[in-house]
Amino acid sequence: MKHLISTRELTTDNAIAILDTAIDMVDVRSRDVKKLPTLRGKTVANVFFEDSTRTRLSFEAAALALSADVTTFTSQGSSVSKGESLKDTLQTLEAMGADFIVLRHSHSGVAATVANNGWVDAHIINAGDGTHEHPTQALLDAFTMRSRLRGDAARGMDLAGVSVVIVGDVLHSRVARSNALLLRTLGANVTLAAPRTLLPREIDGWGATIVSTLDEAIEMQPDVVITLRVQKERMTSGFFPSESEFSEIWGMNDSRLRRLPSTSIVMHPGPMNRGLEISGSVADSPQSTVTEQVANGVALRMAVLYTLMGDSR
Amino acid sequence: MTRIVLTKPDIDRALKRIAHEIVESQRGLTGLVFLGIPTRGVHLARRLGRLVADIEPQEIEIGTLDVTMYRDDLATQSTRATVATEIPASGIDGCTVILVDDVLFSGRTARAALDAITALGRPDVVRFAVLVDRGHRELPIRADFVGKNLPTSTSERVNVSIAEVDDLDEVSIA
Repeated sequence: MKHLISTRELTTDNAIAILDTAIDMVDVRSRDVKKLPTLRGKTVANVFFEDSTRTRLSFEAAALALSADVTTFTSQGSSVSKGESLKDTLQTLEAMGADFIVLRHSHSGVAATVANNGWVDAHIINAGDGTHEHPTQALLDAFTMRSRLRGDAARGMDLAGVSVVIVGDVLHSRVARSNALLLRTLGANVTLAAPRTLLPREIDGWGATIVSTLDEAIEMQPDVVITLRVQKERMTSGFFPSESEFSEIWGMNDSRLRRLPSTSIVMHPGPMNRGLEISGSVADSPQSTVTEQVANGVALRMAVLYTLMGDSR
Repeated sequence: MTRIVLTKPDIDRALKRIAHEIVESQRGLTGLVFLGIPTRGVHLARRLGRLVADIEPQEIEIGTLDVTMYRDDLATQSTRATVATEIPASGIDGCTVILVDDVLFSGRTARAALDAITALGRPDVVRFAVLVDRGHRELPIRADFVGKNLPTSTSERVNVSIAEVDDLDEVSIA
């Protein structure tokens, strides 16, 4: 595997191998010396055409922990405003020595276009393309689920039999698509809970069950509830009547949390709209994995960088 | 053509001798940590630890040292799976670390292991025990304890089988 564009490309064995390597990277991060020499002399370019806090900082921390050099490009304040094309921008970065390009863009399919057209020799890692995919988020979510639910026995295991509910703004969520595809590969059962207006048209290939209210999903006593951010910045028209109605029907709140088994977990990829898709008290509860997801994100991205470096084809 | 060079009794004898040598060379009787390099080195480390404890009853710690991320050939080889590194809860600072592997060849694994140890702490001494030294070193590295020196050509393959992994104890050249 030279690039990581979509979780669709991952086989069960690939995915489990990455998750297993991430266990060892978590261990490295708990030591006094938190650095490995693995990517010494390599350069990781973070190329962000869209805003990000977590993903950019996380890739940066992962690259530094593997001793890579890191350059960060954000389209704001760059020559993109002078009309420089994506291809020219990436080739400029490669000419400066980038071995890995971590790419985020507001348009779906950009990462695949770059990887398939041979514009650059670097490894391409999709860090979110529009409403399409965000594979490292899905991997770190799967990693977090596996660690919480399987404990010390997690190594080598898939997620067979685990029931996962993904709730909220599925339409605009690259996290939802990447998660649904990866979770299916790992053997989990996925249920989507969303208003009809916030479900994408083509979800047949996701292998997911669809329910029409969050309460219906809660009754299924899922092991995991993934709450999605309502992406107001991508909404051009009214997808739901009001925020209060949305949070009433689709928000993860205390009363819904109480109806879940005490071993179930609530996840959110961040950034959260507290009080909309997730209440503040749920986000801060012991069953929430929000900060754990961030911590695991660094280890998981170390595992991804390491896995790709072995394949230059 | 496969030639068997060490049988189970040979391996048992070699490990027993190494255990005696380790006890002899030990300066104090505390803080002995056996770190095996996966996969077979880990099992050899366990056996050596038991043998040393039989000779000189003492607290012995046994762990695993994964050197994968410290290798110098990662960019040219396909991705190798990592293995958990397990060291004593109290760390390895001030200990005598006995690094254990099945075969010593180029010395590159041992080099990576020394770097991995440095990242984990600062032992007083690091010693290196191998079941087979087949020569052809590419780095200035040697083992302190050797089960068997085995002259080989670079085109030959040395196969070490360990009962815990391969269901029998045997070293062969192919």
